[in-house]
Amino acid sequence: MSLKLKALLKSPWVFHLSTGSCNNCDIEILDCLTPRFDIERFGILLAGSIKHADVLLITGSCNRKSVERLKRLYEQVPKPCLVVAIGECSMSRGMFIHSYNCPEPLDKIIPVDAYIPGCPPKPEAIIAGVVKLIGKVQESIKKK
Amino acid sequence: MTKTSIIKDLCERFSSDIIDVFDKSSKRVYMEIKPESIVKVAKYIFKDLGARFNIASGLDARDHMEILYHFTFEEINLIISLRVKLEKSKKLEIDSLANTFEAANWIEREIHELLGINFKGHPDLRKLLLPDEWPEGVYPLRRDYKEWDKKAIRDRGV
Amino acid sequence: MAKTIVPIGPYHPLQEEPEFFTLTVEGETVIDIDVKVGYNHRGIEKLSESKTFDQATFLVERICGICSTSHPYAHTRAVEDVISVEVPERAKFIRTIIAEGERIHSHLLWLGLAGHFLGYNTVYMWAWKLREEILDVMEILSGNRNNYAMFKPGGVRRDIKAEDIPVCLKKIDSIVPTLIMLKKAVIDDPVLHARTKGVGILSKEDAINYSALGPTSRASGVARDLRKDCPYGAYDKMQWDMIVTKNGDVFDKAVVRILETFESIKIVKYCLQNLPGGDIDLNLKSIPAGEGIGHIEAPRGETFHYVKTDGTNRPVRHKVRAPTFMNLPTYKATVVGQTISDATIILAAIDPCYCCTERMAVRNTKGKMLYNGEDLVRLSQEKTEKIRRKLGKKA
Repeated sequence: MSLKLKALLKSPWVFHLSTGSCNNCDIEILDCLTPRFDIERFGILLAGSIKHADVLLITGSCNRKSVERLKRLYEQVPKPCLVVAIGECSMSRGMFIHSYNCPEPLDKIIPVDAYIPGCPPKPEAIIAGVVKLIGKVQESIKKK
Repeated sequence: MTKTSIIKDLCERFSSDIIDVFDKSSKRVYMEIKPESIVKVAKYIFKDLGARFNIASGLDARDHMEILYHFTFEEINLIISLRVKLEKSKKLEIDSLANTFEAANWIEREIHELLGINFKGHPDLRKLLLPDEWPEGVYPLRRDYKEWDKKAIRDRGV
Repeated sequence: MAKTIVPIGPYHPLQEEPEFFTLTVEGETVIDIDVKVGYNHRGIEKLSESKTFDQATFLVERICGICSTSHPYAHTRAVEDVISVEVPERAKFIRTIIAEGERIHSHLLWLGLAGHFLGYNTVYMWAWKLREEILDVMEILSGNRNNYAMFKPGGVRRDIKAEDIPVCLKKIDSIVPTLIMLKKAVIDDPVLHARTKGVGILSKEDAINYSALGPTSRASGVARDLRKDCPYGAYDKMQWDMIVTKNGDVFDKAVVRILETFESIKIVKYCLQNLPGGDIDLNLKSIPAGEGIGHIEAPRGETFHYVKTDGTNRPVRHKVRAPTFMNLPTYKATVVGQTISDATIILAAIDPCYCCTERMAVRNTKGKMLYNGEDLVRLSQEKTEKIRRKLGKKA
């Protein structure tokens, strides 16, 4: 388990999943890949298929229709995998908390490893969040 | 084509269908018409006068349902809104515009699922926005909508 | 021939947002298409009924992250239409600057993504690099890269400082040379011509029948632009052109958007240079009972808001109509009859490959730089020129 995790951290491939967001967080994730921020330098690559992914980046307020797909996709990710909730909506649903179509927050549905707050979080914040997460996992491996 | 000529033309042509004309400002006119004449009037405005269909907006006004059909005349900067009132005591239904012009197709599906108004003759009244497991007969935009999902969490968990 | 159903989505590698397309194909030809939406439905119209007019401005900002100005703009105009007031001149100019800045970054974003969908990642990286400069300008003016929170019923929340204006103008000017290069790279590229010309044609009749909006309809020859037809903000104060093309294919849609970006740069620069003095807010105290309609030209077309009030500080009904609601059904007209490979371009859903070509430098094993960025651009242009000459000979 820990060897797999260690291998994963060298070059984490991320899969990006929107569960009813306003698109801003998604755009900022894509922004991280473009020349100014360019996180591909660190080996972080946006994967096309969920089967290739090590890290799930989840945005949005979990609406009823997409939550079913979210559960199904989470079952398909090769484990171990890390889940990062990006943006206010995926943390607490933000201002959509009383919406009839957003019944549950993300961390009540699947386990979440890191939260990156902001509406939307800046690309710098997203990079910092991912780096912190990697550091944390590395530490926990060392302790074992 | 001017605003006054359009209103005059509509009032003469559909004198028995128009109930009330509310001239709000130089750019906005609200016209209340009988529900059964909506296709006739809308078709004339869209096809013959060349207006663009903006959207329809449904509204639950406690004692009746209201649908507003907004049309824009871009050349003269005018929006005409056709108001239709449906009595709640009767069956909530109105003729569909989707066969007259495609633009009305999706919004009628939306009003159908969110407000529960039936559109007669609509080619495809499936759900548009809500999930398939949404309970029948629950319409979120109505005044009497109540939370039906017992599992829903509405606090921030702190 | 047997019919096959090809599902695309709801989570497809290329789409940022979940959408579900079902293509029915016969051999290679698409004979039917169905679009399922609702994976983003958050019930904003219902939520808005429990928010005050001031709060609702923030709520509608979060309908769409890319059009985070157009919804507040239309909403504030709808509320102002209830009482029939005009905002102060300076507020109008500031609103126009923010709205046009958003149009520039939105069009660049689309252009980049379109290039990416076609497997032309160079365009993607260039366009998004330019977009960063515009986002910097927006950050200087409003304090945030997206979700600017500049609007309120009756005016704007924040003033533009005089000392920021030269910085912004310099940043905007700095992207123009690269943008001109990008324009040539897209409009003159023979490979892009082959991929996009004559593909996914939306005829003028269909554009009117579906009430298509914005660049989608203007590419089909429908000369409708709210900024010209129903002037609001400061658009009637300066000279700019409405871009209309007549073919309605994917290529024309790209051309309309690229050329519009230049017009928007013109408008923003004029507004920044000629910003009038005065108040920025009317300080509206209460909204009487009534109805109001606000519509503005967003990057994707007309955004339409209808507000019904009853004299309290909350709306009775708030109807939001985003431009894509009218533009999405036009897929039925554009995709049917095309081949499946073209359909995927039209739906922008193929080629899940990301690569980075920007800031690349080719080095040999000893670490000596062989080419820098400019050399690579030159090499690429020479190659394009070669292909063009070859194609020209054939024709």
